[in-house]
Amino acid sequence: MMHLIPPAILPYVLPVVYALVIVAVLPLMAGYIVLLERKVMADMQARLGPMRVGPHGLLQPIADAVKLLLKEDIVPREADRLMFYVAPLVSVTMALLAYAAMPFGPAFQIADLNVGLLFILAVSSLGIYGIVLGGWASNSHYSLLGALRSAAQLVSYETAAGLGLISGLLLAGSLSMKDIVQAQADQGVWFILVAPIGFFVYLVGSIAETNRAPFDLPEAESELVAGYMTEYSGFRWSLYFLAEYANMIIVAGIATTLFLGGWLRPFPRIHEHLFGTSVELLDALPSLIFLAIGLYCFRLTPRQPVQIQKFVMAAAGGLCLLLAGAMAASLFAPPTVMQGVHGGFWFMVKVMAYLYAFLWIRFTFPRYRFDQLMRLGWRFLIPLALVNVIGVGTAIVLQQQWGWNPRVTELVTLAATIGVAIWLASEDEKPVAAVVAADGE
Amino acid sequence: MFSQAVFYFFAALAVTSAILMVTRRNIIHGAVFLITTLLATAGIFLQLDAEFLFVVQIILYVGGIMVLFVFVIMLVNLDVSMRLVQFNHQRFVAGALALVLGAQVFLALKVGPGVMPHPAQQIMSPKNTEAVGDALFTHYMLPFEIASILLLVAMIGAVVMAKRRV
Repeated sequence: MMHLIPPAILPYVLPVVYALVIVAVLPLMAGYIVLLERKVMADMQARLGPMRVGPHGLLQPIADAVKLLLKEDIVPREADRLMFYVAPLVSVTMALLAYAAMPFGPAFQIADLNVGLLFILAVSSLGIYGIVLGGWASNSHYSLLGALRSAAQLVSYETAAGLGLISGLLLAGSLSMKDIVQAQADQGVWFILVAPIGFFVYLVGSIAETNRAPFDLPEAESELVAGYMTEYSGFRWSLYFLAEYANMIIVAGIATTLFLGGWLRPFPRIHEHLFGTSVELLDALPSLIFLAIGLYCFRLTPRQPVQIQKFVMAAAGGLCLLLAGAMAASLFAPPTVMQGVHGGFWFMVKVMAYLYAFLWIRFTFPRYRFDQLMRLGWRFLIPLALVNVIGVGTAIVLQQQWGWNPRVTELVTLAATIGVAIWLASEDEKPVAAVVAADGE
Repeated sequence: MFSQAVFYFFAALAVTSAILMVTRRNIIHGAVFLITTLLATAGIFLQLDAEFLFVVQIILYVGGIMVLFVFVIMLVNLDVSMRLVQFNHQRFVAGALALVLGAQVFLALKVGPGVMPHPAQQIMSPKNTEAVGDALFTHYMLPFEIASILLLVAMIGAVVMAKRRV
């Protein structure tokens, strides 16, 4: 079939297919992350969460999407119409564009740019214009306040998050997403183990950048009635929602690639084989996980109260078994296919783990006040990230040019950075009143 | 051929939105057109194989500085600013300056290819980012540091002016 395609456009066929797949699958994924979020929230608050549409709410995202599409689209009379229309599109377009350089596995990547990481950061930082212009165009006080908060918050935390990423970049020595993962494979260690502070700073910064609780001041329901989205309804509102969840997957993907080893399997040095075959024991793990989930679904099937729910539950179980079969079959395929499929699996597992941390944090911490938010960003995270970059850089120079033991240097610089963090935190706890009094204002 | 088409597309976009930016009465629309101009300039960097500059242009100017611009504009009373006189009356000075600038551009186009080498030939290598870093921290170390000290001075000055007693 490949020979039917003229050679001039052959290099573009696969990337276009990937791009279409991402654009098609992403809204579905965003919908199911929302369901996951509601289920996790319900679990943490000792509730059941959505249970009605489909078994355990499995079809809830589809019902929500249909509802949003059918809702009336209201434009405020005093709004700046063109801007009001364009703003959500800006948010979504920029969020989707960032996927162009995201490596979902060794094979599944649209383009391996040699400034890939910077490209993703640049494009996803443009999404803020959707929020700011949307908030302004609505011509409403709540929206404008939300937009203003969002702009101030993004500018503050982008610096911290970027500095957190630099510590990982120093270790990788490349901006290409593929080379970053390759560097972790070559050095035999995930960079989270070498630069945990950098990962921590990026985690906090990325929560703030995606406007998630406890940094959800731009949309704070109880203060601003959903902030920049107040005047949006129906489909335009859901575009903002899609952009937010797409951005969450992007920051999770960046963290996964840079700190969690991207598509690499955990414990790459364990090569135990399965019953004397050429299949490695740990490579069978994805199939086993899907098999277990599938069997669990089948066990739950008879307990569903309604006939249709039984059917959907069995279908979900069947889907899992199908995936388990595909995972197992790829073990016997050529190595590139096998690594592509399994790389994609591990990448998504790590992205989901990172997103779970997002949800966990959201339901654990109360929202920051605006001055607390600014103080945390400027007086704790940015100095800490700077010290961390210096520490990691020193460790690298000591190893490469002075031949010191890598583990010792890393531990020493890590201890020094943690010391600075404790000092910064203790400085931060000093009462603000004293500082204000010293200002004499 | 293709790269020329790309260049003319981005150049036309940059010039058009620059003109629109100056002529719009609504200052937010002006800011949006300035953003478009900056993005189009970034596109021209990309067309010249300078990916690093392309990305830095977007991160710094569009993602950072312009966000602050828009932030400040939103605090301005728009109804008042829309009624202000948009152009001042220094037409002759502006015209003379435009003539000088036009002559410069014309001269650069006329003798340029002989005097200034085509930049893309020097940075065509895949290690674009490394090349920029190398140049900044070896060849152009002094200007680079002077620029950073200038920024530091400006920053301290801003803090001092905002808070009279620190």
